[in-house]
Amino acid sequence: MNERFLHLWPEQASDYAVSVDWLVIGFTAMMALFVVPVFVALWIFIWRYRRGKKADRDHRPQSNLPIELAWIILPFIGSLVIFLFSARLFFFARTPPADALEVQVTARQWMWKFQHQGGQREINTLHVPARRPVKLTMISEDVIHSLFFPSLRIKQDVLPGRYSMLWFQAEHSGTYQVYCAEYCGTDHAAMLARLVVLDPGDYEHWLQDNGSAADLISQGQDLYRQYGCGSCHESGSAPPLAGVFNRPVRLSDGSEVVADDAYLRDSILLPQKQLVAGYLPIMPTYSNLLDEEAVQRLVAYLRSLPATAFGDSK
Amino acid sequence: MIRSEQRPSEPFVAWAQQREAARLGMWLFLAGEAMMFGSLILVAGFYRLQHPDGVAEAVAGLHFGLATLNTFTLLTSSLLMTLALTASEQASERRLRHCLMGATLLAALFLACKGLEYSLEYREGLLPGFAADSPLHLPSARLFMNLYFIATALHGVHVLIAVGLGLWLYLGFARGRLQGHQASTRLEMVTLYWHLVDGIWVLLFPTLYLVGR
Amino acid sequence: MISPSYLHRQGLLSWFLTRDHKRIAVLYMITVTFFFFVGGLAASLIRIELVTPNGDLLTADGYNRAFTLHGVIMVWFFLIPSIPSVFGNFLVPIMIGARDMAFPRLNLFSWYLLLGGGLFTLLALLLGGVDTGWTFYTPLSTMFSNGHVVAVICGVFIAGFSSIFTGINIIVTVHTLRAPGMTWMRLPLFIWAMYATSIILVLATPVLAITLLLVAAEHLFNIGVFDPRLGGDPLLFQHLFWFYSHPAVYIMILPAMGVVSELITAAGHKRIFGYRFVAWSSVAIAVIGFLVWGHHMFVAGQSMYASLVFSLLSFLVSIPSAIKAYNWSATLYKSDLTLHAPFLFALTFIGLFIVGGVTGLFLALLAADLHAHDTYFVVAHFHYIMVGAAVAGYFGALHFWWPKITGRMYSQLWGKITAVLIFCGFNLTFFPQFLLGYLGMPRRYHSYDPDLQFLNVLSSAGASILALAYALPFFYLLGSLRWGERAPMNPWEAAGLEWRVPSPPPVHNFDAPVTVDFEAYDYSPEARRDPL
Repeated sequence: MNERFLHLWPEQASDYAVSVDWLVIGFTAMMALFVVPVFVALWIFIWRYRRGKKADRDHRPQSNLPIELAWIILPFIGSLVIFLFSARLFFFARTPPADALEVQVTARQWMWKFQHQGGQREINTLHVPARRPVKLTMISEDVIHSLFFPSLRIKQDVLPGRYSMLWFQAEHSGTYQVYCAEYCGTDHAAMLARLVVLDPGDYEHWLQDNGSAADLISQGQDLYRQYGCGSCHESGSAPPLAGVFNRPVRLSDGSEVVADDAYLRDSILLPQKQLVAGYLPIMPTYSNLLDEEAVQRLVAYLRSLPATAFGDSK
Repeated sequence: MIRSEQRPSEPFVAWAQQREAARLGMWLFLAGEAMMFGSLILVAGFYRLQHPDGVAEAVAGLHFGLATLNTFTLLTSSLLMTLALTASEQASERRLRHCLMGATLLAALFLACKGLEYSLEYREGLLPGFAADSPLHLPSARLFMNLYFIATALHGVHVLIAVGLGLWLYLGFARGRLQGHQASTRLEMVTLYWHLVDGIWVLLFPTLYLVGR
Repeated sequence: MISPSYLHRQGLLSWFLTRDHKRIAVLYMITVTFFFFVGGLAASLIRIELVTPNGDLLTADGYNRAFTLHGVIMVWFFLIPSIPSVFGNFLVPIMIGARDMAFPRLNLFSWYLLLGGGLFTLLALLLGGVDTGWTFYTPLSTMFSNGHVVAVICGVFIAGFSSIFTGINIIVTVHTLRAPGMTWMRLPLFIWAMYATSIILVLATPVLAITLLLVAAEHLFNIGVFDPRLGGDPLLFQHLFWFYSHPAVYIMILPAMGVVSELITAAGHKRIFGYRFVAWSSVAIAVIGFLVWGHHMFVAGQSMYASLVFSLLSFLVSIPSAIKAYNWSATLYKSDLTLHAPFLFALTFIGLFIVGGVTGLFLALLAADLHAHDTYFVVAHFHYIMVGAAVAGYFGALHFWWPKITGRMYSQLWGKITAVLIFCGFNLTFFPQFLLGYLGMPRRYHSYDPDLQFLNVLSSAGASILALAYALPFFYLLGSLRWGERAPMNPWEAAGLEWRVPSPPPVHNFDAPVTVDFEAYDYSPEARRDPL
């Protein structure tokens, strides 16, 4: 890490971080424009109009509508401009590209667990390739945490029971500090991690060196078989799962939802929450058998299923 | 607690002024109560949207008949309070006391029925903390039941306070200790409170018993 | 002879059973000062711990309890009651020409509620306390905390009623007890600020009540309302909590703004510039303040579109505050300025409030908040407002109305020294925290990167100066009670009804009914200054 006596500006690990810094600088400059005159005026008035000092105190204004309107409208317009720039950046930060590399994140008191698509698992360290978008799908096993990358200028709360998302594209290789930013109990301050950004070649090597025998999808398939999901889902007594990901699903109350990550997770852990039309509510919950990481593997497997999987299961 | 008829209490200089202040104060308090119960009702409404199935399961098990009876009881008691107020304005003491007693008794009846409802639910194993034996399957159904208990218990506390206020007023009138301006002001304030308690029930009842039925 | 002052008639019981709004104000003053010191002690522990990067003074659990104690005590038992219950109670009746508040017994009851709730909470916090942070986020507070959550919640719940009743009392008093001729547009701006604050007190605090009730129920009976495994939603807690807590921060700042309007006009011996704008800006802050709670939840899992709306509304709520700052400055134009201690506190307020407000806008910027949320940047922002500005307002009020409340003058020199020390100590303490936050130091951390030590040491050094500055008035103000010269009726040559009654005022404020036929801040040469 950097051992400097006085650290005044955080590193910029991505182009987005650079944009945020420019936004912040621009904002500060604009605020200075609206605020410095106040300080200057205050000092001038204090100096000139001290009691006992001769000055022109005739015709003291009680109010002045044009001035009032000016100092309401002008700063507001300025703020709106900055707001729009910020909104644009915000949209960018919250909209991951479709080709992003996916990493599953599980947070728990007081550690971070990362699962790569290739099955690589890490604790408190995250290896990513430089100059490629990376999307994190995150969930907590207990309380609310928050994954914070200061060098990337982003964070997102990690909630129990619900997936949240963060994406970024790091530009330069290096190691960056990562923090938990939502107070989560005793060792909140110790829930640290490192982001290791590797050049693409080094990243490939790292993947190979750390790969397990099976990638996330095969591990998910193992779980699918282990828990006998096919006995209902391939026999017709439960909704078919071939090609289920992002497919519209009709529910028993008449509404329609899209089978995204959250839907798949809920179907496994809270099967009664959204019942598919035309099927009996007989699926047991697996919440006492599967932890969040296991669910992530299963979901990865389900997402990989093409519509033609399992032969004629329609 | 004997108050002289001569002057309004400090710092007011006129009875009308004191009456207006009491009224405004009570309305502000009721606005605060509305914010509190309103939040609770919104929470219940939110969960109804999130978990329609669980809510339906919970609501199906509620004692709809008893609650409907209770609604009529409370509304009638509120009506009686208004009649008491009218009687006070028309200076008919006997009618005032009768209406007051009637309203208080009906509110007490509301509480008794609520207690009956709770005891039935206790026997059905629906109380919070008895999750293991709960006949409800969906966790969200149990959540909704728990919200039902909190909301109705909080409301019940307010009804209990109304009963207390009603008794206090009745005794004051019966023993002749409550007279004139002070009496009518207090009666009006208690009646306003009564209407709020009743008004909250009018919103709570559909939220808890009717939606999802 | 004029009637005896309200301080006359000794006997402890006469104080504990008083219905005089002025005595109740003094009771509150003693109470909030006590809690200020308790909260300040916790703050000292925090800043001493943070001198070194490792957690060596307190254990992690101990540190977590310390910052929770600091937040809970400071927010609910110092900041929220400070100006409304002390200066609101003392001044509102006098400023409008009334003999007391509308509900004197309710007023006394409110004090007992604060005292009771506060002592109960303090006891719970000291007997092991709570480690959830003052924000009680679920499911940490409901399912994972081993502290006395329910006990602390009870204390805060009780104190909440003190807030609500005070708010009701102030609103009803201003509506029904204004002296003849005291129209709304003739009211001192302090009254407008107190009125707006009271609206928030009455409407927002009940939402806190239900939120705390649900947390207690969840903690005790596991009802599931915030537990995702039972179908609940932890985010719902945040919405409920911030729906109260954002307006609550306006409860903490609006009264101080009202005070500053009084201090600026009195020091400048001049009417406020733009009276109507400043008056209505208080109401606007109260109203718009109810619509921005989601800006605490930009990264919490709220939808993008909701976040955009809350961001925009947060920019909107800054406008009335800006109006005040500009109008205060313009008031000094062609004024006749006395640079006494109260004025220095007003200046301190303006300077620190502007920095705090602007950094609030920084946080309202979505892209900036994604980075700065939950870091020391936020800590610095809210301390600039709640401590820098609000406490400067409280101290300014203390130094301005002390002669009226106690009938004694204090040392102007020490007052000015305190103001300057506060300004310097405060900036040294909290400005480095903006840098720390942007550098990525999260909040509620008792250990941190060694790189960040220099800034932390600066901050702790500033805190020691601040502690000294906050302790000083304790000595010279209390000392003035014994050795200060007797205060004249109007030591500052200020306008306002309170400066036309003796210092200290008689029990019923005015010996004869008041009629008002002058505008607020009537500092023209023909102004009425004679005693009433």
